[in-house]
Amino acid sequence: MSSEKKLCLSGSGVTKVFGFGRNTTLAVDHVDFNFYEGEIISIVGESGSGKTTLAKMLLGLINPTEGEIYFQGEKRDISTHRKKKEYWKSIQAIFQDPFSSYNIFNKIDTVLLDCIRMRGGGKLPYEQKVEMMTEACSFVNLKFEELTNKYPFELSGGQQQRLMIARIFLLKPKILLADEPTSMIDACSRATILDMLMQLRDEIGMTPIFITHDIGLAYYVSDSVYIMERGKFVESGSADDVILHPKEPYTRRLISDVPKIYEEWDLSTV
Amino acid sequence: MKHTLQQVFHSGKFVTGFSIFVAILLIVIIYPLIITDPPLRIIGQGTFFEPGIYVNVYDSISSPHYTLNLDDAAAKRIASKLGEDDRIAIKDWLVAVGIPESEIDTTDTAKLLDQWVNNYDPATRISGMTNATRNYYIRLNNSLKGLLSTDGVSIAVANPETAVLEETSTIVQSDYVNVNQVANVRVLPLGTDNFGRDVLTELVEATRVSLQIGFVAGVIATLIGLTLGLLSGYVGGFVDDIIMFITNLFTVIPSFVLLILISFSIGQDRRGPVTIAIVIGFTSWVWTTRAVRSQVISLRNRDHVNLSKLSGHSLVHIIVTDIFPYIASYVVMALILQISSGILVEAGLSILGLGPRTTDVPTLGLMMNWAMIYQAHILGKWWAYFPVIVTIALIAFSMNLMNTGLDQVFNPALRD
Ligand SMILES: Nc1ncnc2c1ncn2[C@@H]1O[C@H](COP(=O)(O)OP(=O)(O)O)[C@@H](O)[C@H]1O
Ligand SMILES: [Mg+2]
Repeated sequence: MSSEKKLCLSGSGVTKVFGFGRNTTLAVDHVDFNFYEGEIISIVGESGSGKTTLAKMLLGLINPTEGEIYFQGEKRDISTHRKKKEYWKSIQAIFQDPFSSYNIFNKIDTVLLDCIRMRGGGKLPYEQKVEMMTEACSFVNLKFEELTNKYPFELSGGQQQRLMIARIFLLKPKILLADEPTSMIDACSRATILDMLMQLRDEIGMTPIFITHDIGLAYYVSDSVYIMERGKFVESGSADDVILHPKEPYTRRLISDVPKIYEEWDLSTV
Repeated sequence: MKHTLQQVFHSGKFVTGFSIFVAILLIVIIYPLIITDPPLRIIGQGTFFEPGIYVNVYDSISSPHYTLNLDDAAAKRIASKLGEDDRIAIKDWLVAVGIPESEIDTTDTAKLLDQWVNNYDPATRISGMTNATRNYYIRLNNSLKGLLSTDGVSIAVANPETAVLEETSTIVQSDYVNVNQVANVRVLPLGTDNFGRDVLTELVEATRVSLQIGFVAGVIATLIGLTLGLLSGYVGGFVDDIIMFITNLFTVIPSFVLLILISFSIGQDRRGPVTIAIVIGFTSWVWTTRAVRSQVISLRNRDHVNLSKLSGHSLVHIIVTDIFPYIASYVVMALILQISSGILVEAGLSILGLGPRTTDVPTLGLMMNWAMIYQAHILGKWWAYFPVIVTIALIAFSMNLMNTGLDQVFNPALRD
């Protein structure tokens, strides 16, 4: 079985140090990981443990201070704008706070048209673009006719995060990094968002990487889990191994914070 | 965008500042359309004519005369010749020659003059009186002669053949002309300056030129500051190091000193208003660069910028659409401050005699410079400098008010 698994993203000794002199923060501390295609991966850790920093390095938005990141088994090369753009066709993200994720001066149309252009559809006739945007919006239960010429900030947090998913629907990346995509929105929308992400995974066959502080969510959705404490991966393995048989006290503490973990998991509390 | 503008125009401070500024602009635009005189034309022979309505004497003689019998005409005529100081001087004299103080009333002009005529004698020596004071009394006495006379004045013209004066008309004390019927009347609301130029016309032109200098200097400084700040803040790294090195260099050397040195080395002949504006612009971009840079640094790690990167946008595209709009309001405020400081810096330079050359246009600073050189402030010729100060203050005040208003709209934390 394992011989069939293809590596999509891996890293060795990946480290990020912020600041210099006396005020340095070791945000990510020599982490090693192997993410396989088709798996659902979760990175779990409490706030400030360096999850977002790691995600940004994986996305190529910031450079690691040390260590190497491999993309599809080869050393990742994003030294030029062209190579970065090529890389970003394969890896995309959903950020934690939808309210700060959009440029407040751009209309929703701009956000979606950018995605079509990114996929090489910039020269398509406008009607076809509208068709694609309508399809993407209806996938996340939004009506494009109601959104066109509106600004993202006119939507609710849940709607904005769904628009983010519509964006991913259009971009069809191989890997999706979802950095706490449900932590800033109301409880009712959370289940919908997760459902849509899982549906999207089936639809376009991407590898989702969930970043979360909620180990219950990780257990519910993922195949393999990485537990992050103060910049280090302290424990990793299959979801059942790590969560049903935790070895680290830190993992046990995370689990004890979620009382209902062994029971039937109720989506509405995610 | 529309909403923001609405908010801006609901801010009382901004609206007040904006109204003052627009009023100044309108005056600067409309005034030259009505009064088309060249602003630097010398019309007065002599310096510092007082503000007022100047009626041509020659024309008033030939205008139709009307007789108005007004009771207080004589009293007013005398009163205007006999100032408060003169009355007190007369009283002093009378007291000195032994008239009891209770009998002297300086407000009763007729009685006072009567006492003066009876008691004044230039030959009288009063102990302790200086020569200068004695001469003053002699001059005063001469000017008072005939003050009480009720005779008219004869107008005589020399006969071109015989060169004999022939009386053409007499003007009696109750003759009046209607100012509207006098061909030449010139209103000089702010009098004339040391060169004999109409101060108001000059002031309007100076305001126009100073605003232009401020605008050019402000735009140049803001453009340089914005470009360098955006690059340095967003690109970071080596580019940031170089730009910050240059910026620090300019910070260490006070820009006004630099300005003085550059102005001085350009030389008087080549220092036009545009040159001065450019020099001011090129020496005052430093703080805009620093301010824009720190704003950009706080923006460049925001998620909307990350999302734009992930959408494959280029560096220029991100700077223009994801960074600039977020700091645009800030840049507008910086521009307003730069314009207002440009005007003040020009004034400062000109007062030092390093402003634009004095031959073609006036500026607010140059007017201050002229007023100072010709000692208007010592001679009490307030109209040569006070309106200039008020104008400078009004411009700076209106712009700072606009700025505070904008600040309150764009930084909600400051709103009360
Ligand atoms: N740009 C930055 N500059 C300096 N320190 C940072 C920066 N970003 C994150 N950090 C620090 O790195 C640590 C990890 O942060 P982060 O990756 O955001 O954690 P998480 O996403 O797990 O909450 C924190 O201590 C944070 O203060
Ligand atoms: Mg985070």
